Amino acid sequence: MIRSEVIKSIVPVLSGELVVCNIGLPSQEMFMHGDQPSNFYMLGTMGLASSIGLGLALAQKKKVVAIDGDGSVLTNFGTLPTIANNVADNFILLIIDNGSYGSTGDQPTYAGRKTSLTAVAKACGCETVIECKAEDTAEVLRAALKSNRMTVIVSKCKSGNVPVGVIELDAPVIKHRFMEEVRRGR
Amino acid sequence: MSISQKVADALIRNKVEFVTTVPCKQLAGVIEIVDQDKRFLHVPANKEDEGMGLCAGAFMGGKRACIIMQNTAIGVTINTLVTLIQYYNIPLPMLISYRGEVGERVACQTEMAVHTKALLAQLNIPTYHFHKPDDVNELDGILNHAFMAKKPVAVLMDAAFWSAAR
Ligand SMILES: [Mg+2]
Repeated sequence: MIRSEVIKSIVPVLSGELVVCNIGLPSQEMFMHGDQPSNFYMLGTMGLASSIGLGLALAQKKKVVAIDGDGSVLTNFGTLPTIANNVADNFILLIIDNGSYGSTGDQPTYAGRKTSLTAVAKACGCETVIECKAEDTAEVLRAALKSNRMTVIVSKCKSGNVPVGVIELDAPVIKHRFMEEVRRGR
Repeated sequence: MSISQKVADALIRNKVEFVTTVPCKQLAGVIEIVDQDKRFLHVPANKEDEGMGLCAGAFMGGKRACIIMQNTAIGVTINTLVTLIQYYNIPLPMLISYRGEVGERVACQTEMAVHTKALLAQLNIPTYHFHKPDDVNELDGILNHAFMAKKPVAVLMDAAFWSAAR
């Protein structure tokens, strides 16, 4: 499975959930396969999906899933100790680890070589860290959403991309409709 | 009342509940208050761009957020300020210790000091310079302005501002 197939497989699990989606192809693929107002698409700023997700989870009670990539976690490595030390049990960080910088031409990342993001997350103090095969991602994510425990999921998949269109929504529109979903039913 | 307490009180009056910080010696007093006072949720960040991500998330979660950092961070955060905070219209007061101004003892700090206002001006970020202790009285209006305008706003607090208050 490549990332786009992993994303397609988790769309039903994420229905109605607050999702913060990493810059580039992950956002574009979420937009293509499962757009919903409760998706926050990052159009810029590599690396901050996990930080935005944590801030959101700490600020309110609804569950938050941040979809990140191995390259983006490597770029914002400081996020893992911050997550570990500011526990939000409504927060799930899903790292789709394809061992490459997918959006920029599949250059290899260190996560695809010697560095284990699972081991790093544990070493940073994250208490529930689950590494899974790409095929199991949807099931692991479903269980994590039920568990009421802050969870870091590292989904190991193959590198590779399929053609996908750009996101036509303007940034303030993405934010506006997302914030309406955050407030809904509160 | 200490200048640090006055800064923290302005945050409380303006309903700022989420604060992220990257430390600076001059900011130690404010950071301690923010950490101890239960009216704040204090999340220390490892780097300022990470902190801005936390603030953006907290804001979308319904809490007014602010970042406390040193002016050297402007060099770290330009991309985040432009492509996250400004691009999505997210309000972000930045309380910034303005190192490298008159009274500075670490020569290297003057290097970023000479670029600080130019960079903020280039980014069209409203910028206010606190030099005298009474300047702290402007903070209420500045915070209100940031949340009204949904923009990042910089408050540069220099060595004279902090030392006069000691
Ligand atoms: Mg990748």
